[in-house]
Amino acid sequence: MRKAAIAALVTSALVTTACGSGADDPAEGGSDGRGPITFATLKDGTGTVPELVERWNSEHPDQKVSIVELPEDADGQRQKLVQQAQTKSGAYDVVTIDLPWNAEFAARRWITELPREQFDVDGLFQAPLRGSEYRGKLYSIPHFTGSAMLYYREDLLNKAGVQPPTTWEEMRAACEKVLALPEAKDASCYAGQFDKYEGLTVNFSEAVASAGGQVTDEQGNPRLDTPEAKAGLEFLVDGFRDGTMPTEAITYKEEEGRRAFQQGKLIFHRNWAYIYALMNATDGSSGVAGKFDVTVIPGKDGPGVSSLGGNNLAVSSFSAKQATARDFIAYLTALETQLEHARGSAYPMTRTEVYSDPGLREQYPYLTVLKEGTENARPRPSLVRYGDASTVIQENVYAALNGDKTVDAALSAMQQGLTEIAKES
Amino acid sequence: MNRTGRTAALLLSPTFLVLTLVVGYPLVAALRESLFRSGDELDESGFIVSGERFVGLDNYAGALGGSAERFWNAFANTTLFTGTTVAAEVVIGTAMAVVMHRAMRGRGLVRASILVPWAIPTAVAGLLWRWIFQADGVANSLLGADLLWTADGWPAKFAVIIADTWKTAPFVGLLVLAGLQLISADVYEAARLDGANAWQQFWRVTLPLVKPALLVAVLFRLLDALRMFDLPFVLVGAQKGSVETLSMLAWDEANQVRYGPAAAYAVILFLYVAAVAFVFVKLLGADLLGDRRARRREVPS
Amino acid sequence: MTAVLRRWAPYLGVAVIVGYCLAPFYWMVVSSFRRTSDIFDLSALPSPWSLENYRAVFGGDNQFGRALLNSLVVAGVTTVGTVVVATLAGFALARLNFRFKNAVLAVVIATSMFPGISLLVPLLKLFTDIGWINTYQSMIVPNLSFALPLAIWYLTMFFRQLPVELEEAARVDGCTPGQAFRKVILPLAVPGVFTTAIIVFVVAWNEFIIALTMVNEPGMQTVTVRISQFVGTAAHDSPFGTRMAAGVIATVPLVIAVLLFQRRIVAGLTSGGVK
Repeated sequence: MRKAAIAALVTSALVTTACGSGADDPAEGGSDGRGPITFATLKDGTGTVPELVERWNSEHPDQKVSIVELPEDADGQRQKLVQQAQTKSGAYDVVTIDLPWNAEFAARRWITELPREQFDVDGLFQAPLRGSEYRGKLYSIPHFTGSAMLYYREDLLNKAGVQPPTTWEEMRAACEKVLALPEAKDASCYAGQFDKYEGLTVNFSEAVASAGGQVTDEQGNPRLDTPEAKAGLEFLVDGFRDGTMPTEAITYKEEEGRRAFQQGKLIFHRNWAYIYALMNATDGSSGVAGKFDVTVIPGKDGPGVSSLGGNNLAVSSFSAKQATARDFIAYLTALETQLEHARGSAYPMTRTEVYSDPGLREQYPYLTVLKEGTENARPRPSLVRYGDASTVIQENVYAALNGDKTVDAALSAMQQGLTEIAKES
Repeated sequence: MNRTGRTAALLLSPTFLVLTLVVGYPLVAALRESLFRSGDELDESGFIVSGERFVGLDNYAGALGGSAERFWNAFANTTLFTGTTVAAEVVIGTAMAVVMHRAMRGRGLVRASILVPWAIPTAVAGLLWRWIFQADGVANSLLGADLLWTADGWPAKFAVIIADTWKTAPFVGLLVLAGLQLISADVYEAARLDGANAWQQFWRVTLPLVKPALLVAVLFRLLDALRMFDLPFVLVGAQKGSVETLSMLAWDEANQVRYGPAAAYAVILFLYVAAVAFVFVKLLGADLLGDRRARRREVPS
Repeated sequence: MTAVLRRWAPYLGVAVIVGYCLAPFYWMVVSSFRRTSDIFDLSALPSPWSLENYRAVFGGDNQFGRALLNSLVVAGVTTVGTVVVATLAGFALARLNFRFKNAVLAVVIATSMFPGISLLVPLLKLFTDIGWINTYQSMIVPNLSFALPLAIWYLTMFFRQLPVELEEAARVDGCTPGQAFRKVILPLAVPGVFTTAIIVFVVAWNEFIIALTMVNEPGMQTVTVRISQFVGTAAHDSPFGTRMAAGVIATVPLVIAVLLFQRRIVAGLTSGGVK
């Protein structure tokens, strides 16, 4: 083992010298310049981000920002960013990353460390901020965040005379009463996102956390051999087995779940904030406009703990204008910018103060619930090999939901797989 | 070198220039890459050790040993998809060609409509079929079924096969149609005088004469189907065992920044494709490689 | 009874095939005319009809018209280039006698055996080094290489099928092999050449992954890349209807082009009067 490690070191040293790559090692400075930069991000359907960029540009004529659009799907975004890093391309100065990629991008030296003092980090939600650190250092700034909310059919709950639930048990009990109503005879009780994709990792982590457990601890070691983890997975597996969740929920991503809820097929639904406005549309497209409300997601013995969604902003290590890039990130995540951003688009912002703005609270009635959820939320496991970890989780949870694996077998397989991943990273 | 040889070299040089630049260089790079591994260890401060190290055939051993189950599953899917879709496309494509070839009213429209599936961008087509195959989508509502086409299971395999056949049968149809144009009318006339009915004409005259065109079409369909990637990816999703192909496996490794293993999968797939193509040409390909100057006169007997 | 059947059977076959090809496309068109909010409907016709998705495709800062132009340039140049290069190669392989003919064919086809997605990173490195990022050639040259193997094999096959006697007659009349090829064989090969051109054009028009990888500048992106960037009002809200509308816009010109050119595909021996 040691021999192999030494051999590896020698070889890598050889390769490094042979290629003479020491000179363009981005860590060695010479890249802290200023000037026009590019901002690689998702297209903004509401056009708010381009407006904010326009304002920056009018104030900084020598350091203009141009937007480079990434593909809409997360795989496409990742592919573009990885390729740019692989070719050490300076084409992107500021990059948008998914929160769980922070550790990996930092460990690969694709993004640079950021000085805390420049970004007024105290006003940010603490959970996403913790998720933006790698080995105690800050590598990206949360731009959007998001926690899950429990959408429920207020009209039906009122009719059945039940309160919005705070625990899984209460939710099942509420369903029993509601489903007895004639209006709800074709409905199912609950669904989240259970297709085999990143959303399954989110929903599983959430179930485990809501049962009082955690997928990985602060050191990145898996904790799936606990009774809490078992209770979390059992909540999902039993839900499919006893019909609390509809069979087709195994194909649900965010949009499929929204559709089921707005067609009246679900009493309770776990989803992000973005569906709120869409489901309240009064053009006849939503069957539940004005008939639903949101609350904090339920847990085993009390309110649940959400997984965090969201995007972060980071400075590419291959950028030659990192000073401008940092300033621009500070601008985009400043309170004033975020307030304006929130007025233009429903993306949940990362500064807590945004959530107490009276105008915005009127515009987005769910802000109180969202804030509470985000304050208690937990980032997904922070691992250098996050992608592999997520694959292991999806693989086993999906098998358990389908009945191909028992809960115990799935958990121990995950524990083993994640242990190996944690050991290597 | 004689004069013909020089002319041939001249005529072929643009081809080789392009192919060397775009495929040759990456191919060699991938071969090399498949023998190296990088970025799987952290140094003390948590950074991934940069540079790469030579690991010999370890990446191949890993693909065929460590993750053997996943590999063979992808191998089986790739083979299944190729076998079923190419077979279906040959039958449907040939039928399309025959229909397109027939002179009848509105055949321009027929030709254009047959081309539609082939012309739709694959990513959009994948999305379209995903929509059709939703749990409460139009496929289930027409069939009166409750199949979960996009979940990980056997209906997903059918979804991929159906969508791929629909998308690429026109390709076979077009190539065969052009082949049909080479058959002169008097060949049919002769067959009719011999008392052959429509079915016999097709079987004994049409098919042998379009065989070269059909074989080229099938050969290239084989190559494409064996490398199938975006349709199952968009329609069903990544990392779903029931539809994961070898190309998807290579993509997945690359997406996790493991270029060594990714290159190893790509090289294995390359060898598999080459083997299939070799067997195909050996078994059926006398018409493809040989010189058949005398053929036209022999066939309709 | 059988006579009726025989008379109508071809039409039935046509109806089945046309239905099979167009039914999913029909669904695509219908979806593209629904409002975003009705997109989940299963009704056979949109109600109400809406141009919302088409406005969204061309609206905002999508530069979709520009993207169409880029696609046209890339696919057009690829097609012309492929047909010229493959015709030269096909002529050499079909009509000239030289050694290693089969080896050449084998090498050509071998280049389309490597999974395309695995070419991306090496090619990106190469094109970065030679400064081709954000250029048309960074898309055209790879497209050429993807299209050439099929084009060469198909045209070689096609040229070989044509009777060599015609060429011999032309040469008796004093033509060089090149002239004989150009004046006698090429006109007969028009269906094959046009078929190749159509197939290459469609493949190049629909190419996505290379265009995505090699180009960052919005003004240089092609239609397929643009479509992948469409978003709804929020993350996860993937704008299905807008993508379908864009798909219709990207498909219809191809179909119209084929309608215009289809006479060429069926020219040749049967209708060309060469007999």
